[in-house]
Amino acid sequence: MLPPLLALHAIRKSYPAVVALAGVDLSIDAGEIHAVLGENGAGKSTLMKIIYGAVHPDAGQIEWQGREMKIDSPGAARDLGIAMVFQHFALFDSITVVENVALALPGKFDLKGLATRIAEVSERYGLPLNPWRPVHELSVGERQRVEIVRCLLQNPKLLIMDEPTSVLTPQAIDQLFETLRALSAEGTSIIYVSHKLDEIRRLCHRATILRGGRRVAQVDPRAETEESLASLMIGREFPRTQRREHTAGPPVLELVSLTVPSDGPFGTPLSNINLTLHAGEILGIAGVSGNGQSELVDAITGEQRVAVANTIRLCGTPAGRLDAAKRRTMGLVNVPEERLGRATAPTMTLTENSLLTAHRQGMLRHGLVRSHVAARFTDACIEDFDVRCSGNAAKAQSLSGGNLQKFIVGREIRQGPRVMIAAQPTWGVDVAASALIRQQIIDLASSGIGVLVISEDLGEILEMCDRVTVIAAGRMSPARNVADTNAEEIGRWMAGMFPSEMGAGDAPVAGSNERAAA
Amino acid sequence: MIGLRLVPRAQPSRTMLLAAPLIAVVLTLLVGLAVFASLGQNPLHAFRVYFLDPVSDMNGVSELLLKASPLCLIALGLAIGFRAGIWNIGAEGQMYLGGIFATGLAIHFADGADAASAANAANAINAGGAWLLPAMIVLAAIGGAFWASITALLRAQFHANEILVSLMLTYVADLLVKFLVFGPWQDPQANNFPITVSFADNALFPLLASWGWGWFDGTRINASVFITLAAVPIAWLFMERSFVGFQLRVTGLAPRAARYAGFGERRMIWLALLISGVAAGLAGVSEVAGPIGQLNDRWIPGYGFTAIIVATLGRMHAVGIVLAALLMALLYLGGEAVQISLQLPKAISQVFQGLLLMFLLACDVLVNYRIVRQPSASSAARA
Repeated sequence: MLPPLLALHAIRKSYPAVVALAGVDLSIDAGEIHAVLGENGAGKSTLMKIIYGAVHPDAGQIEWQGREMKIDSPGAARDLGIAMVFQHFALFDSITVVENVALALPGKFDLKGLATRIAEVSERYGLPLNPWRPVHELSVGERQRVEIVRCLLQNPKLLIMDEPTSVLTPQAIDQLFETLRALSAEGTSIIYVSHKLDEIRRLCHRATILRGGRRVAQVDPRAETEESLASLMIGREFPRTQRREHTAGPPVLELVSLTVPSDGPFGTPLSNINLTLHAGEILGIAGVSGNGQSELVDAITGEQRVAVANTIRLCGTPAGRLDAAKRRTMGLVNVPEERLGRATAPTMTLTENSLLTAHRQGMLRHGLVRSHVAARFTDACIEDFDVRCSGNAAKAQSLSGGNLQKFIVGREIRQGPRVMIAAQPTWGVDVAASALIRQQIIDLASSGIGVLVISEDLGEILEMCDRVTVIAAGRMSPARNVADTNAEEIGRWMAGMFPSEMGAGDAPVAGSNERAAA
Repeated sequence: MIGLRLVPRAQPSRTMLLAAPLIAVVLTLLVGLAVFASLGQNPLHAFRVYFLDPVSDMNGVSELLLKASPLCLIALGLAIGFRAGIWNIGAEGQMYLGGIFATGLAIHFADGADAASAANAANAINAGGAWLLPAMIVLAAIGGAFWASITALLRAQFHANEILVSLMLTYVADLLVKFLVFGPWQDPQANNFPITVSFADNALFPLLASWGWGWFDGTRINASVFITLAAVPIAWLFMERSFVGFQLRVTGLAPRAARYAGFGERRMIWLALLISGVAAGLAGVSEVAGPIGQLNDRWIPGYGFTAIIVATLGRMHAVGIVLAALLMALLYLGGEAVQISLQLPKAISQVFQGLLLMFLLACDVLVNYRIVRQPSASSAARA
């Protein structure tokens, strides 16, 4: 019998404060699609970096095609035939696809010949790509294709994919899976790192499940259910959120023909956005990131004021010209996408971070801070939202992503808002914390608050929201009741193909990048 | 090849963070002893002349306070801005403007006194009345704030770099002082020396000795130290307990978080610069209406620059700044003392200032980072 392509034995790696890997085994056969599954902090990334030569293990052996090896650097990994597609792309926006690829390849700079090879490879694996387009014109899905093609040009024996679908539409995911299956059939092995259970069940032959730096199981994912995989991953029963009957109240946030010019060459302008959020409902905005979400959030929260006051109405009052502090006083709270650095000051304590936005809750007197009030508020957040930390004096940066997000959601909810904006509320948060956060948001809406959820995770939107709309290339689709739609339709909309609001039928919206890809 | 790399510490020690200034002081003293030895002096004797003799009598203590007071005042203002990430390097110029504004008022009424003296000599001394000094103090604060507001305007409206703008404005302020004392404000009886008339008594801070406080007899210390004395607790309260101080701190530590919370960025820039401008302006009046008693072209004390070291050494904390200001004032005095009694160059005090700042920065780096030996990237690639 052939030895496995890659075998890791008892790999250990520890960092100053934490043991990332405590003796992990992993073996990959030729042509296999092998999932590595685990929550944040389970050790997935460290393990991949060790295989790719970017991190050196403290102990353990690595065998490549039956021979013991040391992989000293990413260059050495590439020489062996190991390639990796990172979650965050490393492409230069201002130059073309072929120039980007040429930068990563050793040897002579022959753009014409390289463009022909790119065209060949992209056609062979169903990855349509024009080598002469500048990267900033490409959609996220197309950029990922550039990264994959760049790897495939080196004829890898092992391709590592790190959370590849987190930025793709459902249609683009299907297309990616076709490509990966074709590669596997030709004998290329693939390590597929993800925490999306349905994808792993559809795609992978075997799955290694990591928890707390250890391998807790190796299973055939096709023989498992999502629940059983999830329980293995988090080590206990999979929590489920409770849906509720929804009764919409009066409008609390209205966007009327909101148009915002782009503030940089690679920003997305918002054009003619109409949206109404009612008290007591959860409205989801789906869409691939970079399609205007951050501009929209900035405009709604007042971090970027807009030109015409009446294009944003908060509880019936024109608010477009008000600054962020005034809008907060009117009852708007915001859970932004970046938790460290934006929602919290990393080096400040949780109490100080409560003061950041919740100072209206009686924490001030004569311009001085009443720290005992802030401390009590913080303790209540920590208790109610099950925030695991050393106490209210813990620095924000010392909390794990999930716990910090629970604290932020708690801090914003406890201010008694009328409208809440939540962007990627559970992105990168572990399963248990995600469930708690979603449940808290649902309960908030049940108490009559209007909640706007902006998320790339379509599953999350369909799970929590009452109505859904899609943002693509700075334009907004009409809203649909979640019960009246499905993932396919929303996926098409995410690619920019939605009916225009004026009711001209199913005419695609012009100017969408993803359209060509889908 | 083995290389050295700095790796951030997971949790910098709090004790070491506070001890770093003390370690820097000790290292400075040790190197200082070596410097003295290399200059052919008995290091221990030089050490005594430098650090002990200047404060061995009441006169020395008074001189120390006279120098420490403006340093402390400016550093308190700067620290508030530095915490907000606003790097005002131009406190020296803002101090000049405080001096200029105060001088303008003082000599305007001195002119009136001259005219009046012909008619009524008895009235001349106190022309302008008892309100003159308080008015000069207020005007000096406005002058410093005005100079800082140019930087604030350019930074807030056009994103100009406040370090460059405030630094360059210092040179403009310096030339402005020279223009005034060589030109319109020159004392006609000064034989073309670039000085203004000497201020009248009611335009000067009263000497503490003049209040019958016997132990200050013969010293130059004056009532301007009470401005600093009042500023320390106010600055402490503002920095540590007020909400605006908190907002400024967030703006410095996490500007995106400040924007998210709705702390207007422009407001923070204006506040930080105006506060430090006011403090520097007050330091200016305590000089021209204190030991100098006039405006002249030789008044370039450098307090505005030294205060940057004071603020850093004092850990941007009110109490730390008081201690750091006293230490810096001692370095000034000691420099003068060794110049007089040991004939060493005056530049030695700048050497000590420089040593202190470098050691402090080095200590800070080692508190926050540790050095690890590891193969460099190039050797790994070759392997």
